[in-house]
Amino acid sequence: MTGSERDGRGSDGGGEDEGVRADGGDPFASVGGNIERKQRLGRVFVGICFASTLVGIVALVALIGDVLYEAWGWVTLDFLTYPPSRFIENYYPGGRGAGIYPALVGSILLIALTAVFTMFIGVGAAIYLEEYAAESRLKSFIEANIANLAGVPSIVYGLLGLAVFVRAVGFGESLLAGALTLTLLILPIVIVSAQEALRAVPDSQREAAYGVGATDWEVVRDVVLPAALPGIMTGTILSLSRAIGETAPLIMVGAATSMFVAPVREVGGVPVPDLFGSFAAMPMQIFDWARLPEAEFQHVAAAGIVVLLTVLLLMNVTAILIRNKYETR
Amino acid sequence: MSGAGGGVDLSRAGSNIPAGRNLAVRAVFFTCALITVLTTFGIIVVLVDGALGFFREETLFGLLSGVLGGLLSGGPAEAWAAARSGLGVQVTVREFLFGTDWSPIIRPRSYGVIPLLWGTMIIVVGSALIALPIGTATAIYLSEYADRRVRNVIKPTLEVLAGIPTIVYGFFALSFITPIIQRFFPETGTFNAAAGAIVVGIMIIPMVSSLSEDAMSAVPDDLRNAAYGLGATKFEVSTDVVVPASLSGVLASYILAISRAIGETMAVTLAVGMQPNITFNPLEPIQTMTAYMVQVGISDVSVGSIGYQSLFAVGLVLFVMTLVMNLLSLWVKSRYREAYR
Repeated sequence: MTGSERDGRGSDGGGEDEGVRADGGDPFASVGGNIERKQRLGRVFVGICFASTLVGIVALVALIGDVLYEAWGWVTLDFLTYPPSRFIENYYPGGRGAGIYPALVGSILLIALTAVFTMFIGVGAAIYLEEYAAESRLKSFIEANIANLAGVPSIVYGLLGLAVFVRAVGFGESLLAGALTLTLLILPIVIVSAQEALRAVPDSQREAAYGVGATDWEVVRDVVLPAALPGIMTGTILSLSRAIGETAPLIMVGAATSMFVAPVREVGGVPVPDLFGSFAAMPMQIFDWARLPEAEFQHVAAAGIVVLLTVLLLMNVTAILIRNKYETR
Repeated sequence: MSGAGGGVDLSRAGSNIPAGRNLAVRAVFFTCALITVLTTFGIIVVLVDGALGFFREETLFGLLSGVLGGLLSGGPAEAWAAARSGLGVQVTVREFLFGTDWSPIIRPRSYGVIPLLWGTMIIVVGSALIALPIGTATAIYLSEYADRRVRNVIKPTLEVLAGIPTIVYGFFALSFITPIIQRFFPETGTFNAAAGAIVVGIMIIPMVSSLSEDAMSAVPDDLRNAAYGLGATKFEVSTDVVVPASLSGVLASYILAISRAIGETMAVTLAVGMQPNITFNPLEPIQTMTAYMVQVGISDVSVGSIGYQSLFAVGLVLFVMTLVMNLLSLWVKSRYREAYR
C-alpha cells in the first residue's frame, strides 16, 4: 500500500499504472533479497513484544515483593487487634500494641453494607433490563448511561456522596454515607455482570415455566434467579473487592483518617454496627500512615497493605470458588 | 409480556394471582434501573450547583431559594435584589480557566486552574508514553505470538495489576520507584512527577493490553492467511494486517486508559505531592486536579467556604474531561469498526 503511494507520486497523474513498481522490475524480485533482513526484523520485533509483556509481570512482582519486604515482621497478631497509634514504638513487637483493628472492622462493615445495597439495586436493575424491558430507546439509553457511569472517576462519586448523602440527606460523615457512595460507584459493574449472568440462563427454562402457567414474576423468582445466582454472586463479590480498596470517595465523604475505636456500639450487650457514627477504613488508614514523615511508618503502611490485600485475595478466592462450584453444568 | 417468552403468551391463563402484583414488581425493578440514571443526573446537578457557588456568590439552590424567599416576602423587587446579589461574581470564569496561579485556600488567594491541569497533563502524557507502547506490544505478543497456554497464564496475571488498589501504587511509588529515581538523579525530592507518571503507567498497562488483545483476537484468521499467502512474514502480518484491522479497538483502549489516568487519584496524591507547579522538570513535585481534591478533603475546610466550593469547580472540569474521553472512545469504536462475518 505504501508502495503504490510512492509510485503514484513518481508518475505524475498516471492513475493507470498503480501497482507497477517504480523500478519497473519483477515485483517478486526484491522479496528474495530482503527476506533475511525481514526475518531479522521479525525476530527483533518478537523480542520487543516479549520484553514489553515482561514489563507488566516484573512490575507486579516488584510491587508485591516491595510490599512484603517492607512489611516483613510488622504484621503481628497485635497489629490486627489494636487501634493505631501516633508513636512508632507502640507498633514494635513487645510494645504497648498498635495496629489496624478499627479500620479493619470499619472496612468489613462498609463492604457488608455496600454488598446488601448493591445486591438489591444491582440485581433489580439487571432484572429490569434483561427480563422486563423491551428493546426500546429507554433501554438503550439506560445501558449507555451505565457504560458511561463506569468511566466516571471515583473521586467524583465522592463529591456526589458528600453533597447528597452527607449534607443534603443529613447522614453526616457516617458509615451509611460511605456505603451508599460506594454502592453508586460499583453499581455499573454489578449491573453489567448480573446482566451477563441472567443472559446465560437458557430461554428454554423460561418458556417451560411460562408453559405451566407461571407469571413474569414467578418465572424470575423461581426459575431465572436461582439459575443465575452463582454468576451474580461472583460478579458482585469481584465488584466489592474493587470497592474495598477505594480511598478517594471515602476521603470526600469525610471518613476519619485514624479512628481509635471500631464503628460498633453495644446495644443490650450485642455489638451492632454504628451506621451513623464516623468510621475508619483500611485504605484511609494506609494513606494516613504512608503520609507520615517518619521512615518507620512506611513499614506500618506496608503491613496495612498486606492486611488489605489479604482481605482482597480472600474475596477473590471466594468468587472463584463459587464460580467453579456451579460452572460444571 | 417478557422479552424472553416468545410464541403465544399463556402466562395469565387460569392464574389467580392479581395482575397488580406483576405491575408492582415491575415498578420496583424499574426503580432500581432508574437509580443509575438518577446517579448521572445527581452528579451533574451537584457539580454544576457547587461550581456555580464557586463562580458566583450563591450556589444554584441558594440562588433559587433566595429568589423564591424574596418573591414571597417582598415581591418581585426583593426577588430581583436576591438574584442580583446571588449572581454577584466571586471568581471570574476567565481567571479560573486562564489564570496560572492556584491557591484557593492560602492567602494571597488566586484561582487559576492551569497549574492543576498542567499537573494532570504531565501524568497523562508520562503514563501514556509508558503504557501505550508497552500495552500494545504486549497485546501483539499475546494475540499473535504466545501459545494459548502462555496467554491463559499471562493475561489474568496482568489483570491482577488492574485489581490492586491505587493506594498501593502510591505506596509503591514512594517506597520503590522514587528511591530508584533518586539513585540516578540525587536532587530528586520525595515527591516528584516522574514517579507518579511511572506508577500510573504501570497501572493502565493491563487496560491497554487486555482490551487491545481482545480486539486483535477478533480479527479473523482469513485475513492473516491471505497475507501469508502473498508471502508476508509474521512480522508483516502483525503490523500491517492485524494492527490496522483492530485499530478501532486499540484506539478505544488508548482513550479509556488516558481517561483513567486523568481520574487517577490516590497513587498520584501520594507520589507527586501537593504543590501546584507549572514545570517541565519531571523530578519536581506537582499537583493534579485529583490530588488537590484530596488535599481539600483531608483538611478542615468549612462547608460553604471558597475552598469547599473549589472542590466542585475542579470536579466539574475533571468530570467533563473524562466524559469527553469516554464518549470519544465509544465514537471511535463505532466509527472505525470493521465488521467481520
